[in-house]
Amino acid sequence: MSIDLKTIKHISKLSRISVDEKKAEKLAGDLNSIFDFIEKLNELKTDNVEPLTSVAETTLKLRSDEVKSKNLRDQVIKNSPKENEDYFVVPKVIE
Amino acid sequence: MSDITKQSLSELVENIKSKKISSSEVTKAFVERSEKSKELNAYITEDYANALNKAKKFDEKPNLDLKLPGIPMAVKDLFCTRDLRTTAGSKILNNFVPTYESTVTQNIWNEGAILMGKLNCDEFAMGSSNETSFFGNVQNPIDKNLVPGGSSGGSSCAVAAQLTPITIGTDTGGSIRQPASFTGTVGLKPTYGSCSRYGIVAFASSLDQAGPMAQNVKDCALLQEIISTYDEKDSTSIDFKRNEYSKELTKDIKGKKIGIPKEYRVDGMPKEIEDLWKKGIEYAKDCGAEIIDISLPHTNYALPTYYIVAPAEASSNLARYDGVKYGFRAEGENLIDMYEKTRSEGFGAEVQRRIMIGTYVLSSGYYDAYYLKAQKVRKLIKNDFDDAYKKVDAILTPSTPSSAFKIGEKTNDPVSMYLNDIFTVPVNLAGLPGISIPAGHDAKGYPLGLQIIGKAFDEQNILNIAYAMEEKINFKNNINDWWIK
Repeated sequence: MSIDLKTIKHISKLSRISVDEKKAEKLAGDLNSIFDFIEKLNELKTDNVEPLTSVAETTLKLRSDEVKSKNLRDQVIKNSPKENEDYFVVPKVIE
Repeated sequence: MSDITKQSLSELVENIKSKKISSSEVTKAFVERSEKSKELNAYITEDYANALNKAKKFDEKPNLDLKLPGIPMAVKDLFCTRDLRTTAGSKILNNFVPTYESTVTQNIWNEGAILMGKLNCDEFAMGSSNETSFFGNVQNPIDKNLVPGGSSGGSSCAVAAQLTPITIGTDTGGSIRQPASFTGTVGLKPTYGSCSRYGIVAFASSLDQAGPMAQNVKDCALLQEIISTYDEKDSTSIDFKRNEYSKELTKDIKGKKIGIPKEYRVDGMPKEIEDLWKKGIEYAKDCGAEIIDISLPHTNYALPTYYIVAPAEASSNLARYDGVKYGFRAEGENLIDMYEKTRSEGFGAEVQRRIMIGTYVLSSGYYDAYYLKAQKVRKLIKNDFDDAYKKVDAILTPSTPSSAFKIGEKTNDPVSMYLNDIFTVPVNLAGLPGISIPAGHDAKGYPLGLQIIGKAFDEQNILNIAYAMEEKINFKNNINDWWIK
């Protein structure tokens, strides 16, 4: 399998990471060598194997639906790169 | 006392409890040594003034019943610490100051320890040499221009160089055990679900675990009993009976069955590693253990599995860094442009590479071929261990396929860097506990480690085996303080 520049551009769009031509070429090289290495898994037959989603063999615990922390507005907004009073500020979305 | 920083954690605790030394004296000694050791670049953020103040306050009203009474400690910069910057080694979190505390660090402060600062690490814990950190390389105290391992490279450096008596790291594919091995220190990766992940910057949530790093097994056991607690704030935290590991520690491992997996004899493994492993087997026998040959047939598939599962989870976890709610933002012409520039400028090359791999393997049309396939192989790898543990109590392997390498030696070849974790990654995939202990030196005089892998929740057993073997090995680290002028 080979990952071409068109695929890199597509992944870059899905990842929301901007990529210029030079970076795309470097990434294509890196990803191809990594995927060559990953292809080894195709040697194994796994048709009847259950996928392992978690090593913790317990079911998720339920808890009562109670509010435990309140009035965190200031804390939540404290690290925002740009805010206006109670809101996060982003570039204009609606014209 | 001039040699305070040379004392082990257990000695320091005893000396503070018997009032031979004060917390202020201890804290001052470690702060002074840390200040003299800037060339190692172990710290990202120093908090020395606060540490000295806290030590003074502790001494005014000392609570000597605590397990870490007034003990200063620096921690990996992946743990959120309230009101102290937490970067995860990334530009994107360069200015992030948490408003909450991770459960693991809170457990440590509850026992009386004092935070000295935050230790360098690979960006978002993605790396095996600490070279992906936005805050620069860390030097291995063993030798100049040698990597300290990664991702907990600042942590391994700080313990080996005695800048902190003990520390905590995190381990997703080997990030505690490999740096411990590279610096002649002890590092434990606990069973998945043993230590809470609450407040730890997430990398790959089904693999991440916090764990102790120390100069010896006893100190490691003490810290493990403090950080391992059930926590309802982490939905994968497991409620099991936890031992007081340090109190129940014993060197009596007579009759314990220790497995030697033949698949860990990998192609091209240096003779030094093979010899170390043989020596390890002899030490285990000397301690009264029974050696049994075992097979873990899917070992060779662990790394390719890991490099699907970990990036997939990382790409999802790191979607939160969008320049809106916290962290670095690059301005853009519109919202999408802002996201893309923020992430392109805020993440380093290795993190971007892994996000791209993860996004690809989860994308439409490829999910079954890669992600689902990897989850199935992960099951086979776990089954291997389950089968082996029908015959043995623990497994002994080398920690790494080589000793520490030079800074820059592997940065251009991601796959050769990934191969560093060949012996550690299977343990994370199966969710098991593993400990690395220093066991010898290579021809260059660099430390080499042995790994003991246990059954799930059987930390006590591998700590005991490590404790017994540590005495036989009698390892001495060759550190000559080359960085202190």
